[in-house]
Order: sequence, then C-alpha cells, then structure tokens
Amino acid sequence: MKYTVKAFGITKDILGGSQMTVQSSGTTVSALRQALLQQYPALAGLRSVMIAVNNVYADDQISLTENDEIALIPPVSGG
Amino acid sequence: MIEITATAIDVQKIINAASHPEAGAVNTFIGTVRNNANTKSVLRLEYEAYEPMAIAEIKKIVDQACQRWPIKGYAISHRTGVLLPGEIAVVAAIATPHRAQSFEACQYIIDTLKATVPIWKKEVFEDGEEWIAAHP
Repeated sequence: MKYTVKAFGITKDILGGSQMTVQSSGTTVSALRQALLQQYPALAGLRSVMIAVNNVYADDQISLTENDEIALIPPVSGG
Repeated sequence: MIEITATAIDVQKIINAASHPEAGAVNTFIGTVRNNANTKSVLRLEYEAYEPMAIAEIKKIVDQACQRWPIKGYAISHRTGVLLPGEIAVVAAIATPHRAQSFEACQYIIDTLKATVPIWKKEVFEDGEEWIAAHP
C-alpha cells in the first residue's frame, strides 16, 4: 500500500521533504513505521517518532486507509 | 481562544479574550526566546507547527484543565516562524475565580503543551543549528 506521509521538524530534513509517498507492505501504523525505518534509517537515531493519523496520535495497531492524513511527529519542542 | 500565528502575538488581545466577569484572576504566561542555550549564543529560533493537530491537542489540554479547575476563560497563542531573542513565542492566559487556581491551571496547560503539542523549534547558533530534543 502506498501512503502519503507528512513530515515535520527533523523528520522533514530526514525524508527530504514535507510530504513523501511511502510504500508499505501492510496496512497498520506498525507496518508503515517499519517501511519508514527501512527507507530512512536515520529515523532510528531520533529520541522518538510518533505517528499521527487524522490529527490524532496513533498506536501501532491502528489500521490505515488511503484517505487518512498521516504525519510523522518527532519529539515536540513547543513553548 | 486558541491560535497558531505567524505574526507577533498581541498580548493584550490574549488577556482580553481570556478575561471573564466571574474571574478574579487572569494568570498570563509569556514564553520568550532566550539568547543562550548550554553556554552557546542563540541567534534565533525557528518554530514549525502541524497546525490543525496543534490546535486540537491544545484544546484537549484545556478540556482536561477545565475538569480540574473552574476555568472561566482561556486564550492561548503560539508563534510559528523565525523569532529573535526577546521575542514572544507563546502566551497562555487563564481566568479563574481565585488566584491559586489560575496559577495552577496556567502552569498545567503550558507544561502539558510543551510535552504533547506538535510544535517544534530549531535553535540556530553561529556555528550550526539543531532541532531541540530530537536526538537522545
């Protein structure tokens, strides 16, 4: 499955853009995470990478659909 | 009121938006850009936000705070873009009947914002730049 993933902060630097298409072998957040780590190994060096689906933090077992808005959330540092 | 803005925050507007006739206290936290970090001079900060989610997460935090304190009014504004030392990055104004509640609620809201809201800052030094907290 191909997913469009938005990237912010340092993940934008690592992915090379604010939005990229990622090919995943599965339909869960977990499968997408694996695909991202394979394609962008530098993500593993970060303190954390959360994944948000439709503006909500998503657990690994959440299933993704084609129309979901998916975003990588590296460690936040607002305020 | 919750806003993410690319232009200078009008602090009085935020205070006015939070104020309420049933509140005896409006506690206002103003976060500013510090000119140093770990002994290095900071030239500027660059803030980025995932805006719709940031607003949703701030609203969740306010809702949680309203469960714990009798909040009569609130207004939170966070900047995006380039900020120089001394400039205002975030303002949170929280109005409650009594002052102890306003101090506690305001602290809770800003502390939780810093932990969970999808906003990021990059520190820019003379000799480099770094996304805060990105690496262990």
